[in-house]
Amino acid sequence: MSALFEVRNLRKSFGGLVVTNDVSLAMAPGDRVALIGPNGAGKTTFVNLVAGNLRPDSGHVFLGGEDVTRLKAAKRVRRGLIRSFQVTRLFQDMTPEEHVALAILQRERQAGKMFGHYSGKPEVMDEVRKILDRLGLIELSHLKVREIAYGQQRLLEIALAMALRPRMLLLDEPAAGVPQSETTRIEQALNSLPPDLAVLMIDHDMDLVFRFARRVVVLAAGTVIFDGSPKDVTQDQRVREAYLGNYANAGSTA
Amino acid sequence: MTVASTDHSSAANLSIARRLADGGLIGALAIVVIGAIGYYLFPNNLALLTRMTAIALLVLSLDLVTGYCGVATLGHAALFGAGAYGAGIAAAHFGISEPLTMTLVGALTGSAAGLVSGVVILRAHGLAQLVLSIAVIHLFHEAANKASAWTGGSDGLSGIMPEAVFGLFEFDLWGQTAYIYGLVLLTVVFVALRILVRSPFGMLARGVREDRIRITAMGASVNSVLLRMYVISGAVAGIGGALSAISTQVVGLDSLSFTLSAEALVMLVLGGTGSLYGAMIGTMVFMWFEDTLSAINPFHWLTIIGALLVAVVLFAPKGLYGSTAGFVSRLRRGRG
Repeated sequence: MSALFEVRNLRKSFGGLVVTNDVSLAMAPGDRVALIGPNGAGKTTFVNLVAGNLRPDSGHVFLGGEDVTRLKAAKRVRRGLIRSFQVTRLFQDMTPEEHVALAILQRERQAGKMFGHYSGKPEVMDEVRKILDRLGLIELSHLKVREIAYGQQRLLEIALAMALRPRMLLLDEPAAGVPQSETTRIEQALNSLPPDLAVLMIDHDMDLVFRFARRVVVLAAGTVIFDGSPKDVTQDQRVREAYLGNYANAGSTA
Repeated sequence: MTVASTDHSSAANLSIARRLADGGLIGALAIVVIGAIGYYLFPNNLALLTRMTAIALLVLSLDLVTGYCGVATLGHAALFGAGAYGAGIAAAHFGISEPLTMTLVGALTGSAAGLVSGVVILRAHGLAQLVLSIAVIHLFHEAANKASAWTGGSDGLSGIMPEAVFGLFEFDLWGQTAYIYGLVLLTVVFVALRILVRSPFGMLARGVREDRIRITAMGASVNSVLLRMYVISGAVAGIGGALSAISTQVVGLDSLSFTLSAEALVMLVLGGTGSLYGAMIGTMVFMWFEDTLSAINPFHWLTIIGALLVAVVLFAPKGLYGSTAGFVSRLRRGRG
């Protein structure tokens, strides 16, 4: 089966520090992969490289067989490579309804229209309501983003990603900073994503990772040190060392 | 069935009413009413009021790029001056003196100037962007100064004799026709801009102002949005410039000056950015102060303008309109 998404030998360094070191990864439609690793492992840099927010020093990114390494971020988005942000990036003065409507209009190549209003388009409004309803944001659809709680802003990040109808979705810590009571809502949203969509999720919440992912990739110091099933990851010696550092070897060195 | 259809039609009526209000009907009415009051209250000062109208178009145009898109510029008079010279040169050198055609020429040369300065200014960000905008206005100014065969250089461009509007309304000595022509232009442009800023494109522009990376992550190109807005902004400023050329029948280098650019920014900040209303209120207040205070005390009027600006920025940071609107909505919410 040909890969929907593939990264080959991706490398990036800032000054002398190599943050992404020869990373390769392939995903097929429907894959649910979690990318984990200790702080500073280069997870967010990896997402930035893949999404086109950063340029790699070398290596390639493929989407649906096409080499998108030289494409700008916006063009990758138009090809279905969508990301969410670790720290929410939303328009503080706009409402959730406006956010989702704008994403839908942009997806449909109608966001350049200089007259009319999205509320006059029933098909857009129906989709906006459906998405906001699924994420439990419908009650807040007319409040400005700066008036809603952080956890709900995180949900809106996911709503935006869904509105763009991704083929490949990169979720950068979708549950970071969300109270426990609302992670359920995020999980439900993640579970209701289209089955043929490939999802790469970064998160620290291991419970969430193990429930969501069917495959786990561990990044440490910019290198992939593990790529396999969730049940094997905790047993892996290198993963334990990466997370626990010298403590993992404490028995032998003491 | 009948009940349902009545409900539906009343909902439709409501949404039409809301759309008209959002679409600038209130603003358009306000322009007409205030314009009429000005006409009857200051019949001997119509030239000033017409000048206010032309500058209001410049400040509206600045609001599009600064207020809606977040681009700081001190070179926006380049677009206004290009429109003024475009319309003026069309009349003085090519015998195109039909006012509507002159206005159209002004809009076109204004958008061309918008495209050129947009391409230059948008290459940089922040402070570098501001410096580039200053460079642009100086280059435009110097080009107009040097091309004196076309522009009249520092003597100004004269010989602009606009024909009667629709062949019916002559431009009179008292400036009545020019004033009404300007008010009509301002009203039409204002309504068009209200429609623009609430359109999907207008939302995209606001998005660019608030978070460019998010706009990119939605698949839109930030630079394309900004450049399109610059061209539209150029058309609006160009119409203002053309109005200035038509009403005064001369075009001077001051219409392409750094001073005018900076004053336009002051007027916008004074009134409040990002609402279109603020742009017009700021222009009115600034120019009224300038006129009255400079008559009372020609030496210290700028001091008072300066003090007023300091007070507004410190105590009403969203400008006269923005702060009042914020206050009113807080009041309403307090009651609700």
